[in-house]
Amino acid sequence: MSNNETLTSKDFASDQDVRWCPGCGDYSILKQMQTVLPSMGIARENLVFISGIGCSSRFPYYMNSYGMHSIHGRAPSVATGLKLANPDLSVWIVTGDGDALSIGGNQLIHLLRRNLNVNILLFNNEIYGLTKGQYSPTSEIGKQTKSSPLGSIDHPFNPIALALGAEATFVARTMDRDPVRLREVLQQAHEHKGTSLVEIYQNCNVFNDGAFEKYTDKKQRDSTSLFLEQGKPIVFDGGKKGLRLNGLQPQVVELANGYSENDLWIHDSQDATKAHLLSRLFSDADPRPFGVLYQTERSCYEEALTEQMDTSLKTKGTGDMNALIKGKNSWTVS
Amino acid sequence: MAQATVLQKVIIHFAGDSGDGIQLAGSQFTTTTALQGNDLRTFPDFPAEIRAPIGTIAGVSGFQIHFGSIAVDTPGSEPDVLVAMNAAAFSKNFGNLKKGGILIVNESGFDKRNLKLAKLPEDENPLEQIAEGDYKVFNINISQLNRDAVKELTLSTKEKDQSKNLFVLGFVYWLYSRDLAPTLDFLKDKFKAKPVILEANQKALKAGYHYGETIEASERFVVEKADLPAGDYRNIVGNESLSLGLMAAAQKANLELFFAGYPITPASDILHFLARQKNFGVKTFQAEDEISAVTAAIGASFGGALAVTASSGPGIALKGEAMGLAVMLEIPMVIVNVQRGGPSTGLPTKTEQADLFQALYGRNGEAPIPVLAPATPSDCFDTAVEACRLAVERMTPVILLSDGYLANGSEPWKFPKMEDLPAMAAPFATDNGTYLAYARDKNLTRKWAIPGTPGKEHRVGGLEKEAQTGNVSYNPENHEKMVHTRAQKVALMANTYAPLKILQGAASGKVLVLGWGSTYGAIKVAVRWAIEGGLSVSQVHIKHLFPLDTNLGEILAQFETIIVPELNNGQLVKVLNQEFKGRIVGLNKIQGLPFKAKEILEEIEKHV
Repeated sequence: MSNNETLTSKDFASDQDVRWCPGCGDYSILKQMQTVLPSMGIARENLVFISGIGCSSRFPYYMNSYGMHSIHGRAPSVATGLKLANPDLSVWIVTGDGDALSIGGNQLIHLLRRNLNVNILLFNNEIYGLTKGQYSPTSEIGKQTKSSPLGSIDHPFNPIALALGAEATFVARTMDRDPVRLREVLQQAHEHKGTSLVEIYQNCNVFNDGAFEKYTDKKQRDSTSLFLEQGKPIVFDGGKKGLRLNGLQPQVVELANGYSENDLWIHDSQDATKAHLLSRLFSDADPRPFGVLYQTERSCYEEALTEQMDTSLKTKGTGDMNALIKGKNSWTVS
Repeated sequence: MAQATVLQKVIIHFAGDSGDGIQLAGSQFTTTTALQGNDLRTFPDFPAEIRAPIGTIAGVSGFQIHFGSIAVDTPGSEPDVLVAMNAAAFSKNFGNLKKGGILIVNESGFDKRNLKLAKLPEDENPLEQIAEGDYKVFNINISQLNRDAVKELTLSTKEKDQSKNLFVLGFVYWLYSRDLAPTLDFLKDKFKAKPVILEANQKALKAGYHYGETIEASERFVVEKADLPAGDYRNIVGNESLSLGLMAAAQKANLELFFAGYPITPASDILHFLARQKNFGVKTFQAEDEISAVTAAIGASFGGALAVTASSGPGIALKGEAMGLAVMLEIPMVIVNVQRGGPSTGLPTKTEQADLFQALYGRNGEAPIPVLAPATPSDCFDTAVEACRLAVERMTPVILLSDGYLANGSEPWKFPKMEDLPAMAAPFATDNGTYLAYARDKNLTRKWAIPGTPGKEHRVGGLEKEAQTGNVSYNPENHEKMVHTRAQKVALMANTYAPLKILQGAASGKVLVLGWGSTYGAIKVAVRWAIEGGLSVSQVHIKHLFPLDTNLGEILAQFETIIVPELNNGQLVKVLNQEFKGRIVGLNKIQGLPFKAKEILEEIEKHV
């Protein structure tokens, strides 16, 4: 590893001008990534960012690492091929709600089930930005855009639930305007072995400004956001409210009103059932969970492939190309 | 017993229900015949459905072999022998059988039920309509004789019937004086875990052979060894030959072979073959779709592997956008298209050459990709090696256009040794200076720096690149320059080809037959016949469809008429007419079937 301890966030910034719109949430995500990288201990030459198409997908150009800005929706597949060719690399996929959930939906779900050890940063701004403002697969019903002048009639995806359904082994949600927790989640995603899906609420101040204001605004966020901490009771609204399980139904309770922290739901990201229930807290009336919702261990595809190759090598010995070309039935003409 | 009659060459067509084991019988006859030293060509003809309704014409599976003691260049058109396991197989193929030929039929496959399924009149046996003397008919109750042969074995009737293909194979082996040993060895290996099934198959094969000995007054044949050039030979099917070529090239280039594919007929066998080669360091990835397969290959290539994806026309259409990315990235990669009948799903199990335009032009923007096509099953090996060489040495995606006929057809192959293959080396960035991702050498090739290499960190992508730095550039002059550079880079590859040669006939004359791909054998035979008949005809066959051979224009200029036979509606002929002057005419067949040599000969005769 090449002198990584001495690297700073600036060492991970490329010489290219960043060309996102002023005020875009992408700037914060880029900055938090560059800030947290020195502590991850990845040699710069082993770090690769792969993106698809869209505003978020310009990300690799701004990182002083290896990178590829590929085609729309296919970053998961490019990353898969790269990781299979060289499993030692730290591979990060940067994608958006249109890229990952619309055109690249198939690539996303298959990467999640295969569980290669890579990280996905899904910038969700609930809009198509680079094509100048059409509704996306995460836009809410009724959203008026250029392509939905009477309001969108498309039921939106719940990306967290989708990832859980696709057998993801690490599912987290965070926000561009919450830098500290964003950095924490990036660190945890890096440490997780398997595909880490990090949904990042990202504000598009030009085409969908304030989409997540409810969760980012200092005045509102305490009462709307659940910041999950492993092993701790789920409380919010400055400790006034909590979440308890009433059978299999999550229930918001007032802590002063006959409930104590002992009654509350203890967050356990290893619990698939609880993760599913948390993912369903998705309506405007529900508080929205942030942090690591689910994490489990499962064999990684590239490791299983390496294992098969090693086994094959052990049982059959190194392949002899001349013998393979010759085959089992050859003859000589003299 | 009568003296065996010596024949120079024979065409046998095996036909039966798709569950009858026809492909196995055919491939076993092929292996045995190859080991006996005959020249040969084979071509299977199977239905698109895995198990179409039993007994129907749609469910007929066929396998044709043409073998001889003289040169054999095609699987032949009209068989000398037809083996028909049921009425449907008879009905589909009898019209093709050469007059006076041998018909071997399974009597029990002609009962009322089978006649009805074959849509033949139920109350008249078509075999009885054949005039005595027109054909030599062996009407054998194969099903019953086979059951008798294996009756002592504890097997169900269904299991017993499964060896009837070996019974008939045994009979044909006797008829054409073939050795039983290779098939007996094959069976031992295949059924080593199932001793009773093994015994049944062995008994059936021998019983069929002995049946030949016991029936009286039947003529027996011998086909002597062919006079092949000295060397080591094996029989090879196109898809396997192609796969071996990819592996050999990876080893020569000292790169890891990474293959990504999505199942599709007739390309899947490449994935199947390579998936078995893990102890050679071959990594295979069955992707969730065609787009994932090609983009995974791009990712692997970016990571330093020799990356390959294979598909057929519909899959290649899906890969188009990513192939454009590979052009932009200038990374080595091979895209194999095993062509089949199109458009859309078309004729999945039939052969065609109609994806040439797709290969040449099927991408957005100015996206030149070299295109190569093999001529024969064994040439798939050489063409795969050549495609990899161009890809690796010149940092470019390369398209290899095979087809269903080459993929499944077979021939004897004088196989090379690894040490005889050309060396190839990827242009890795090895110097210590600043790495400019799009700086080029004299061949306009950029240097390859793969992730994991310290100090060469860089970003690539589908946006237009600034010359030298590779940074994103929207500069108008830069874009035009880069388009020209990419075109020029590909054009320069033609300088590395072995010179194109006239294969038969004089260097100048009345007619030149110019082919590409799998039409090679039929053209070769037709031109040979024409020359033997005293006509002024020559043959040339091009492997490089883009960029074209640098001396092609000179060759064409020496002939009054150029005939371009293609299994499409006239694609190469349009390209040639655009590039060259002269009288260049097409000969086109679009039936999902290969050319017959006589069809090409008839066209030649019109022009001399």
